[in-house]
Amino acid sequence: MSPGHYLALSAILFTIGGLGVLVRRNAIVVFMCVELMLNACNLAFVSFSRMHGNLDGQIIAFFVMVVAAAEVVVGLAIIMTIFRTRRSSSVDDANLLKY
Amino acid sequence: MVAAGLAAAPSGGEKFPAPHIEYGMLAPMLIVFGVAVAGVLVEAFVSRRSRYYVQVPLTAVGLVAAFAWTIGLAARDKPFHAAAMGAIGVDGPTLFVQGTVLVLALVSLLLIAERQQTSFAAQASALPGSEAEQETTAAGTTQTEVFPLMLFAVGGMLMFPASNDLLTMFAALEIMSLPLYLLCGLARRRRLLSQEAAVKYFLLGAFSSAFFLYGTALLYGYAGSVRLSDIADQLSKDAGSETLMLAGVGLLSVGLLFKIGAVPFHMWKPDVYQGAPTPITGLMASCTLVAAFGALMRVYYVGFETLKWDWRPFMWGVAILTMVAGAVIAITQTDLKRLLAYSSVAHAGFLLTGMVAVTRDGLAGALFYLVAYGFTTVGAFAVITMVRDAGGEAAHLSRWAGLGRRSPLVAGIFAFFLLAFAGIPLTSGFTGKFAVFKAAVEGHATPLVVVGVLSSAVAAFFYVRVIVVMFFSEPEADGPTVVAGPATAAAVALGVTATVVLGVLPQPMLDLAGHAATQMFVR
Repeated sequence: MSPGHYLALSAILFTIGGLGVLVRRNAIVVFMCVELMLNACNLAFVSFSRMHGNLDGQIIAFFVMVVAAAEVVVGLAIIMTIFRTRRSSSVDDANLLKY
Repeated sequence: MVAAGLAAAPSGGEKFPAPHIEYGMLAPMLIVFGVAVAGVLVEAFVSRRSRYYVQVPLTAVGLVAAFAWTIGLAARDKPFHAAAMGAIGVDGPTLFVQGTVLVLALVSLLLIAERQQTSFAAQASALPGSEAEQETTAAGTTQTEVFPLMLFAVGGMLMFPASNDLLTMFAALEIMSLPLYLLCGLARRRRLLSQEAAVKYFLLGAFSSAFFLYGTALLYGYAGSVRLSDIADQLSKDAGSETLMLAGVGLLSVGLLFKIGAVPFHMWKPDVYQGAPTPITGLMASCTLVAAFGALMRVYYVGFETLKWDWRPFMWGVAILTMVAGAVIAITQTDLKRLLAYSSVAHAGFLLTGMVAVTRDGLAGALFYLVAYGFTTVGAFAVITMVRDAGGEAAHLSRWAGLGRRSPLVAGIFAFFLLAFAGIPLTSGFTGKFAVFKAAVEGHATPLVVVGVLSSAVAAFFYVRVIVVMFFSEPEADGPTVVAGPATAAAVALGVTATVVLGVLPQPMLDLAGHAATQMFVR
């Protein structure tokens, strides 16, 4: 398979992730969709790395993984806190801040 | 073939060069990160009672040391370098932005460290209304992790406008944002609002950084490198896939415009500004905006400079939408923090007007505007922390009715800040707006300036409305009282001084901004 196919796959994954963020209600699932978008970015980086024949893209993928891991720590802590208070992790229930 | 490659490697056919890192030029960032790590160690090893007294001086010393070093770097003959193998640009505009961030962080630190009316939860993990919360509150402990978290965020803010490649910029974006997500959720009162703000900021922030990263990936595919200068070279060669390039620039812009809160990516700003503890709102409204704007200008001025005929119409649209939407939506707001959030959206639009000029004057004007707006906004949020009733801060506009009679000084100061936001002459807001609008006219963006002036007039309406409520309505019987802790009062005084000085005697700061902008961002 040519790297182009992987790029198409990465675009599809990114779109699925983006749509998921927009339509899903559960904060954890929304967050998983963001992670899916980040992984789509990684796939794109690695495919481009192969196409250009330099290693930058693969190194960047490692950086992104580290950042994504840090983001999981912070994100789950925040979602846990609000879940313990509200007994719900639906993003629709968090509706006090408006107007 | 693989085996042959492995066998050849030790003989040294291709040596891996050790990276060359200029520690002296990176010192401001290294100091801030180092002190932040020391702050984490303080949390681990110092007794709970004395942590606060160790953390506050440590944080202050770290910020002052970093600022002094930044001044030292700027005072050298030629502060234009690309340090750390070209990953970090050390140049006039960047040093100016970094210095501004550090000073504003020091002012915000005064608010964060205020003990008389602390804004932070005694223990963030205790459930709101639970026994554990009452116990920790009664014990008088505070969450001193706030200080190292703030330093990490400030470190990220120093790195964000200095990053010369998109990977460093992405890392800086996350270093800046992750501590801020946590800080937003640490309010002492109205904790549900605070936690909601943290969740919203986090989910939307992570969403926008995914866009930033996919844009970076596409630009890497286009140019074969994430270095801004390489992308610029590839653009001037007009080679490679235009689809990749345009999609990459678009997605990257989404991520950056989200951080400055430009319309249509502004939806997080009012919610987060309202829910977060007010000192953190002050930090975000001043330092984050300054840093994010520095990064935005670096990307567009260095990376996409040759593409400016393509992105300028797009930025025109964003600037017009941002100014108009920010000013119009703010009219209907009844919560002061929310009102200032929409005002901050409108100000991001004014800043974009200076940025689309793509001239030295535009850059210098935007830099001056950032300093002026940063001081005024920190001061305004400081005043909001002072007006309190039994439930904490009384941020609802109706509660401020008649404040001018009860405490004329505080109401007068707040009115002065609002006039500065509106851009009345003899305040820093006027000088800042004049500088960016003048640059925009010279950069052939006159329609943008017309829209800017009109939306300033709309904005003046709701600023004046707050003043009218404060001075020309009867005070309520159980109205809020003004509690002025010494640190908060100092922050307000600094805000007022800067707003007056930059309004009456703006020339030294204009010269400094102009001098910083003599050479654009280093490539």
